[in-house]
This record gives sequence, structure tokens and C-alpha cells, in this order.
Amino acid sequence: MATIINIKEESVLDVKDFQFTYAGNDAPSVNKTTMPIAKNSITALIGPSGCGKTTLLRCFNRMHDLYPDNRYDGEILFKGRNILQAKEDLINLRIQIGMIFQKPTAFPMSIFDNIAYGMRLQGMKNKTELQDRVEKALKDAAIWKEVKDRLKADANGLSGGQQQRLCIARAIAVEPEVLLFDEPTSALDPISTAGIEELVVELKDRVSIIIVTHNMQQAARVSDYTGFMYLGDLIELGKTEDMFVTPKEKLTEEYITGKFG
Amino acid sequence: MTHTTKRIIMNNIVMTLSTISAVIGMGFLFWILGILVINGVDALTWTIFSQEGAPPGYENSGLKHALIGQLLIVGAATVVGVPLGILAGTYLSEYGQKAKLAETIRDISDIMMSAPSIVIGAFVYAVVVAPMGHFSGWAGSIALTIIMLPIILRTTDDMLNLVPSTLREAAFALGAPKYKVIIQVVYRGAKAGILTGILLGVARVAGETAPLLFTSFNDNFLNTDMNEPMASLTVTMYNYATSPYEDWQKLGWAAAFILSMFILTLNILGKLFLLKKKGR
Ligand SMILES: Nc1ncnc2c1ncn2[C@@H]1O[C@H](COP(=O)(O)OP(=O)(O)OP(=O)(O)O)[C@@H](O)[C@H]1O
Ligand SMILES: [Mg+2]
Repeated sequence: MATIINIKEESVLDVKDFQFTYAGNDAPSVNKTTMPIAKNSITALIGPSGCGKTTLLRCFNRMHDLYPDNRYDGEILFKGRNILQAKEDLINLRIQIGMIFQKPTAFPMSIFDNIAYGMRLQGMKNKTELQDRVEKALKDAAIWKEVKDRLKADANGLSGGQQQRLCIARAIAVEPEVLLFDEPTSALDPISTAGIEELVVELKDRVSIIIVTHNMQQAARVSDYTGFMYLGDLIELGKTEDMFVTPKEKLTEEYITGKFG
Repeated sequence: MTHTTKRIIMNNIVMTLSTISAVIGMGFLFWILGILVINGVDALTWTIFSQEGAPPGYENSGLKHALIGQLLIVGAATVVGVPLGILAGTYLSEYGQKAKLAETIRDISDIMMSAPSIVIGAFVYAVVVAPMGHFSGWAGSIALTIIMLPIILRTTDDMLNLVPSTLREAAFALGAPKYKVIIQVVYRGAKAGILTGILLGVARVAGETAPLLFTSFNDNFLNTDMNEPMASLTVTMYNYATSPYEDWQKLGWAAAFILSMFILTLNILGKLFLLKKKGR
């Protein structure tokens, strides 16, 4: 039986008896999981490769719907509704729950157009308003100084770390309530990594964050809550400071002390 | 003899052989181009662009009719074939993906790509020219469209497939509907490749003769009505070059030269687009 603590904050997302199965698979890749995601906090998901972290993360914005025949069971509650229902408006959901990928995903267009992309999708046309919001997003993502003189340049000319911050700026520009990060620093050097970590921590005043990471130090540095997954099961969810010192589950302890993984 | 020296000798032999083969191939290419340039430039005069065809022996004969006919036939084929090919390629890559229908279309278009173009000419003759009762520029365009379609369809499909799926996912993750993801992100990422496909497709059909012999046939004079038989550079070149008259043969060389330069330019442009994309 898993050990899931009760969080003291309000929760932004509630996973209830949730299960996810990829098309063509008999066994689910995320098994019967129940967990809260705390509001304005950072929840880290850790666990060995293939345990289902990415799979679970991509359920929160229904990314799996892009490919046919994947199956969700159970509930994920967001603002009082189950977002797994067929009638859920996915466009609206994804505006509210943004995502940052492992590899930077700068669109083949200018830096400005990248940041403006999400806002333009929502129909914002006013030039000065767009400019203000782009500038603000870039400042919030701590990349404004580096790009302010070349907003019209191709975004693919930026370094990997800069591109990742560009992607974060693009995601926060539409003011989402939740941001999902899937190993956002695994393709970056240590300095860029530190920059992204700092940024993630700063963002939690405004958004609730779920971050998948392979790096336990990273989870310990940035997160408030940590969930440990193993073979598709959520084994333990606890406050990060407790999890890494006094894990309740034997499997968690073995993993964080490096006995496997 | 040590292992290393053996390998070095082997390496040298293979390198020499492949270099010689490359030089032979290049030699033929430059030979052809050389003959073409020498004869073509010699035949090139202003009257070629300003005058229509004329019986042999007339001084004022040119290729105006064939140039304009060629432009109309290939132009119409491009206007129809390019959007159709891009849409079909988009269906394959973005909607059909691995579905049975999509795979079948891919197989069929691969077969069509290797079908002899004369067969396609005969087909259009049977379904368009024969029922209409006469050759026409439109029939020529239809034949060229059919030849162009699989080329553009497949390059579009391949080029869209090269766009990483994470880029699509990132656009979806911002709340973009599928058609906007395709138009604003995927097309943009594949722009250079698709453009290359178009140029190569146009270059390919611009050099076709056999299907036009069955469809647009020929006209020695200027005609801009696509419902009528129409001259093209390729068919005109074929007729003039095989004629016994020296002045007609000269016009044939001029046609060959103009056509080759046009196709060469398209090919070089296509390569440049791809280079630019890689160099980014
Ligand atoms: N598209 C897919 N179709 C079928 N099975 C998949 C698919 N993607 C992942 N899986 C399977 O689901 C399980 C969980 O994979 P997932 O990618 O969520 O692991 P992860 O914890 O993110 O691993 P990593 O740390 O390596 O990123 C694995 O067994 C994997 O093989
Ligand atoms: Mg993963």
C-alpha cells in the first residue's frame, strides 16, 4: 500500500483512482493512483527510468489524446470537474495547464513570434499589448536582457539553455494555472540548469508546478512535495524534506539511497 | 605484410576505383553540357524569342510558340499539382499516419513515380483526348499533373515527417487547434524541404516529351487556347531535331539549350534551399 500524505495547502489537481493504459497495451502504465497536487507549490515526480513519470505528467493536459486509442480511467479533478471526461475542452484545458518538454521546442519563427504564439492563438491582436506581454514574459523567464536586441531573430539561433527559458516564457505568457515540466534540464549544462531551477522556484508564487526529474538533488533543491514512482505505481508522496530524510516506504528508501535505479 | 599495410593498400585501391568512376560520370555530364552549350549558344538569336515557327528555309523562324506553350502547359500542371500534392502529403503525414489508407496511397504513389511517363500519356490519351476528339493543351497539363503529383506528395509527406513530434506537441500544449499546428508550426518547419520538392517536381515534368506527344501534340504556330493542340519545347525539339533541315535542327539545339538551362536552374535552386536549411 502506498503512503500518500495529506497536504495542508489547498490542492489544484486531485488524482483519484486514476489509471492510464497506452493503446495496444494490456497492462496500464500508471496503476490505480490517488494523489493531490498542492496549489502554488512544486511537486516533483521521481523514480527509475520507465516507471511512468512522463506518462502520468502527460495525463494532466491530456497530451495522450494526440495519439489514438490511449485509455484513461478514474478521475483527475481540476476546478471541481473531472478533466478526463469526453466533453472536456482540450484547447481550454491546455491553456490553463501548460507544459515544458525535455528538449527545448522553439518554433521555427522569431523570438517575438514564439512568445506571442499562445496569446495570438487566444485572439490577442493589439500590437502594444502583445509587445508588453512578450516583454513581461521574457523578463519573468530571466531571458529579456539576452534577447531584447534581437527579438526578430530566429529563435533557433539561441543556445539550448536560452531556448528552454524561451519555452518557459512562452508558456507563462498565457498565464496558466499549472505548469508541467518533463525533465526540463536534462539536456542542459550545469549553469543553465541552475538558472532554470531558480526560475521554477520563482514561478511558484503564480503557478502550481509538477516537475519530473531523474535528478534527486534537483527534486530536493526545488520541490515542496515529492512523489516516488516505481513500475507504474505511486509508492509514496510526502513533503520533500521528510521524503529524503525519513522515507516511510522501504522501496523509497532503497531508491534514494541508490540501492537501485 | 602487416595487417595495417594491407588495409592501406586496399583502401587506396578502392579510393582510386571510385575516383575514376566519379571522373568518368562527370566527364560524360560535362561532355553533354559542352556540346549543348556550344550548339545551343550558337543557335541562340533574338528571333528565337520573337518569332513563331515557320516552314524550313524561312529566315524569321523562332520558338516563341513553343516557349509560350510550354509555359502554359507546365504552368497549369503546377497550379493544380502543387496544392493537390501538398494537401495529399499533409493528409498522409498529419492525419493518415500509419493507417491502412495512408500506407496504400504511399505505395500507389511510389508505383506511379516509377511508371514510364509514356504510359501516363497513353492513359490521358484514352480518357481525355479520345473522348474530346482532338489533342489539347489541357490534356498535356493533365498528364504532367499526374506525373508531378506523386513527387510532391511524397516529398511533402517525408518533409513533414522530419518535423519533430515534440514541436507539434509544444504547439498543442499551448492550446493550438490541429489545423493551426499544421499551418503555423509544421509547414514552417518543413518549408525549405517542401519548396525543394516543388522545384524538383516542376523540373521533372518540364523535361517530359512522351506524354505530351499523346496529349498536347504540337502546333507550329502560336496558340494560347488550351483547348487546342499546343506546342511545347520538348515536342518541338523532337520534331526539329529529327528533321532533315539544317535551320530546323539549329532551332532544335536552341530549344534543348533553353530547356536544359531552365531545368538546371530549378535543380540548383532546389539544392540551395536544402543547403540553406541545413546551414541554419
Ligand atoms: N507511446 C507509448 N506506447 C506504449 N507504451 C509506452 C509509450 N510510452 C511509454 N510507454 C511505456 O510506459 C512505461 C512508462 O514510460 P514513461 O515514459 O512514462 O517512463 P518515465 O518514468 O518517464 O521514464 P524516463 O525516466 O526514462 O523518462 C514504460 O514501460 C514505457 O515502455
Ligand atoms: Mg520520461
